[in-house]
Amino acid sequence: MRHLLSIGDLSKAEIEAILDRAESFAEVGRRDIKKVPTLRGRTVVTLFYEASTRTSSSFELAAKRLSADLVSVKAAGSSVDKGESLKDTVATLSAYDPAAIVLRHPYAGAAQLVADWTEAAVVNAGDGKHEHPSQALLDVYTLRRRLGSLEGKRIWIVGDVLHSRVARSNLIAFGAMGAELTVCGPPALIPRGLEQLGCRVEHSLERLGEAEVIYALRLQRERMSESFVPSIREYAAHFQIDSRRLGRRQILMHPGPVNRGIELSGEVIDSPQSLIAEQVASGLVVRMAILYELLAAGDEKPAPAIGNGATRATPIGQPA
Amino acid sequence: MSAEKLEMRAGESADIVLRGVTALDPVAGIDGAHDVVVRGGEIAELAAPGAASAEGLEEIDAAGLHAFPAFFDPHVHLRTPGQEHKEDIETGSRSAAAGGYCGVLAMANTDPPVSTPADVEALLADARAAASVRVGFLATVTRGMAGEELTEMASLREAGAVGFSDDGLPLRSARVLRRALQYQRLCGGTIALHEEDPELSGAGVMHEGPVSAVLGLEGIPSVSESTMIARDAALAGYEGGRIHVQHLSAAESVEAVRAAKAAGVRISCEASPHHLCLTDEEVRSLDPKRFKMNPPLRSEADRLALIDGLIDGTIECIATDHAPHAAEEKEVPFEQAAMGVTGLETAFAALHTDLVLPGVLDLGLLIERLAGGAAPFDIERPSLAAGSEANIALCDLSARWTVGEEGYESRSANSWCSGRELTGRVQMTLAGGQVAYRLRSFSMGVAA
Repeated sequence: MRHLLSIGDLSKAEIEAILDRAESFAEVGRRDIKKVPTLRGRTVVTLFYEASTRTSSSFELAAKRLSADLVSVKAAGSSVDKGESLKDTVATLSAYDPAAIVLRHPYAGAAQLVADWTEAAVVNAGDGKHEHPSQALLDVYTLRRRLGSLEGKRIWIVGDVLHSRVARSNLIAFGAMGAELTVCGPPALIPRGLEQLGCRVEHSLERLGEAEVIYALRLQRERMSESFVPSIREYAAHFQIDSRRLGRRQILMHPGPVNRGIELSGEVIDSPQSLIAEQVASGLVVRMAILYELLAAGDEKPAPAIGNGATRATPIGQPA
Repeated sequence: MSAEKLEMRAGESADIVLRGVTALDPVAGIDGAHDVVVRGGEIAELAAPGAASAEGLEEIDAAGLHAFPAFFDPHVHLRTPGQEHKEDIETGSRSAAAGGYCGVLAMANTDPPVSTPADVEALLADARAAASVRVGFLATVTRGMAGEELTEMASLREAGAVGFSDDGLPLRSARVLRRALQYQRLCGGTIALHEEDPELSGAGVMHEGPVSAVLGLEGIPSVSESTMIARDAALAGYEGGRIHVQHLSAAESVEAVRAAKAAGVRISCEASPHHLCLTDEEVRSLDPKRFKMNPPLRSEADRLALIDGLIDGTIECIATDHAPHAAEEKEVPFEQAAMGVTGLETAFAALHTDLVLPGVLDLGLLIERLAGGAAPFDIERPSLAAGSEANIALCDLSARWTVGEEGYESRSANSWCSGRELTGRVQMTLAGGQVAYRLRSFSMGVAA
């Protein structure tokens, strides 16, 4: 794997390999010393053009846990504010010879462009409404731990699919793992032609009871002023997941940040069915696994014929 | 060539014989091997192959090559004044000549827009100084393209404006278009319309459909175009005005124009090579340099409907909508990139490769439609008939070439054909009786 740009670039086997790797990092995370020397001496740049809490902090911590040097750039307060183009910013950061650039950008395809402009491995940490592959991987990881396998599992993705890169990447990833997918939301928030991704479309929660997993999406308040929905109250009345709608054996997920009282009621967020906190914890180990796959995994494949002094990868069992 | 005012640089009249060329001009009823004799910039004679005297003429062995009436493009952006870093009259007209065109109409959405008689006069003077092919200019319908007040249409016509268009933007107000159509009775000049409802297009950047759903890009629905065409056709019918619909992209639009024509509305329309050859599937690459334009590339069903319209005559002409942009305006994420692609230099070759060679479109019909953009603006159609001014595209239909990332006559390189291998190439262009273009590698013998 050279870059992580789209979840669609990964086969089921490749997804599983990353998740297996994440499992072993979870084991490391239970030790007193949570750091491994795998990426010692290598540089990871995180370049965020959009606000982010979970994704940026977990990628940063993942790089540190792998002993990489971290350069963290936020668009606000950087030369981006002074009008520098993405291409020029990438050229500047590439001068530090980074091993990886983790990019969050408000527009689709930005990570793919950057991959053409730099020698570094590029990780798409969210590009516009297009994709968010590391989120999809951590969601599959979280579900796999709970359910064992996603094969044949009925997953409902509920809410503002139109504006959601998480929904797009998760539809691809859950589909690749064999789940049966339904998307549900008000018609104006379900993109026309989405069925071609292999999912069923519903505009009512009437049949929600069939779902084994309910994945709720964030609804931004400004969608009301753009007439996507008449009011937040009416949206909540029809599409909010609350304790009345959430069955006791159903699993609830959400990519965060949650709008309490809009897409989810307060009580379901903290219910035993909720995996929301686990999703965040999974984010760290899955992002460690992504960096590892991109930057270190290749090093161990060609078995060193003569000595192994040049091998960068250190078995992850060894603490630094 | 024209009752309307088109200008080009004055130069030496061509004296050439195309020996043994296959001449094809369906409108003039010419099809077969001839010696095409050009004297003093006029087509003097179409003689039997080998029969014409070459005395005093440059003799070109054109056996195996085709001579067509040179093409006419009613929709190009020459970016002058104000955006000469993208294109100007000299580079844009050279690009046209390299594509086999003898004339083009330049759009008025420059910076500032062409809204005053002085603007038109200055541009015509520029064309007299620098243009390789005949160039005509449209003026804006509304002042500064603001969509509110009409320009001084009559004075603009007197200054030489061929017609009117706010191309780049739709005329949002039905009232404004109605007033322009009323005023057209006084001053003439076809009104060319960029049809799009801004309320429906929103911030869309590609066709709305399954591909935009997957890519998470905001879509421009087909009805954004077709509903405006229906509105404007109704207005033109009511006022008896004359409109030309630019760059049709959707099946519903072809249907709307067909219905308007059946109802007797004075309406013409054009389609662009990229809409005839490509679909929104290309956008999966997220490459804005080649695949971002407005109107956007649409579905396969839309593409096929455009081809049907071209064949049955609903669409009378092909227009490139040649839209040069600087590299830095395209080397950005898709949503941020400028709309538009260049097309003059590759239009014939691309359509020949994608539509004629697979048998979708007859070569003669393609030639007819490539020159069909003159009539909607009352410009004389290029012809191979003896006695016509020499406007000829000499093409090698078997030449295979790869379109480069650079090396264009245009100042910009945002060609939708970039990187493609095409079959068929313009070898030489005669425009306005002069040699406007010769392919550099094309050597030819000169008779004593």
